[in-house]
Amino acid sequence: MAVGKEIRTQISSIQNTQKITSAMEMVAASKMKKAQDRMRASRPYSEKILKVIGHLTHAHSEFKHPYMTASGDLKRIGVIIISSDRGLCGGLNNNLFRSLLKDITVWQSDSIEIELCTIGKKATSFFKNTGLNITSVLTDLGDTPHFDDLLGVIKVMLDRYDAGELNQIMIAYNMFANTMTQVPTVKQIVPMEITEIEGMDHYWDYIYEPDAEDALTALLVRYIEALVYQGIVENMACEQSSRMIAMKSATDNAGDMVKELRLIYNKARQAAITQEISEIVGGAAAV
Amino acid sequence: MSVIHVDIVSATEEIYSGDANCVFAPATMGEIGVYPQHVPLISTLKPGEVRVETENGVESIYVSGGIVEVQPHTVTIFSDTAIRANDLDEAKAIEAKQRAEEAMSNAQSDQEVSTTQAALAESMAQLQMISKMRGKKR
Repeated sequence: MAVGKEIRTQISSIQNTQKITSAMEMVAASKMKKAQDRMRASRPYSEKILKVIGHLTHAHSEFKHPYMTASGDLKRIGVIIISSDRGLCGGLNNNLFRSLLKDITVWQSDSIEIELCTIGKKATSFFKNTGLNITSVLTDLGDTPHFDDLLGVIKVMLDRYDAGELNQIMIAYNMFANTMTQVPTVKQIVPMEITEIEGMDHYWDYIYEPDAEDALTALLVRYIEALVYQGIVENMACEQSSRMIAMKSATDNAGDMVKELRLIYNKARQAAITQEISEIVGGAAAV
Repeated sequence: MSVIHVDIVSATEEIYSGDANCVFAPATMGEIGVYPQHVPLISTLKPGEVRVETENGVESIYVSGGIVEVQPHTVTIFSDTAIRANDLDEAKAIEAKQRAEEAMSNAQSDQEVSTTQAALAESMAQLQMISKMRGKKR
């Protein structure tokens, strides 16, 4: 029974795949919880720092920091792209890249040059084939990103901004809405977009220690780092939940395939038995 | 007695949040004490101890540098989780650039891998097709 054996091997190979995908689903589910906790834990920092920046924009300081004021016309944009290191997480990375590429085409049609900073292997391998200029790369963050790791790539971007080689810095990442939905987000981080706060209209200013420039630079750099860090932990939560869902549907699909193949196998087996019986009966009648 | 709201946060967690009578923080130019109705202030911090004096006693928290923002009714302390030094940051920046250069120069070999993979997938599909057709004939 040649057909039967073929189907049997196919069934068992699908079952093996199913075992792997269901294991990956469970791993992703447990990692997702941790990633979400980390995302929540890092929120107070970025919220508080955002509040302070809000206060700062209302302070009547004599010193205007370059990170807070737009500089002339837009010639070069730096984009920090956050992606995952590993694949098998559905359309997560590709959705982000596609929405970013749309923006990039718009910028390029306005003859704005683009520089990229890629975080994660997927972004690195995707964008190096697009012919865009990549100035810095960060990969292999692991499951727990460390703040220290980010400083390098952010510094590259900020140095270029300080030197006037970039007029704007954007960040692209997947925003975590809930387990089922991840929203590809592209937003501007430098120069900062000013938010209005009520009740701060009177004339006042901070005391700066050691001086306005140092204190503000320290604060604003931390703000930018907090944004990027937040982006990374959020993207990681997205990655795990997206992988969990992708693996769940893969497991379900494998189950459906096994069911179908088993039906075919049983039919073939029955047909073979029937045929054998009828042959025997036919043979006996002939005798 | 009036109180001042204190928040101490780091990038990875919220360390302290609550009302206090006064707060002491290790600013770069010397320790500062903050009571309610303090004038607005922004200062960098050096590594040291932050003391929060509340009605129930004194809380002592270690920070490894960071920023303090003072508003008349709130104090926010951003504690650093990363060790900062200019030359250390510089080294990291150079590393990041090197990785970018590596990635760009490796583009060729990676592309080869992906084209080979595509070719392999195609011939696999052809083989499957052939074996299926053979199976039907039999």
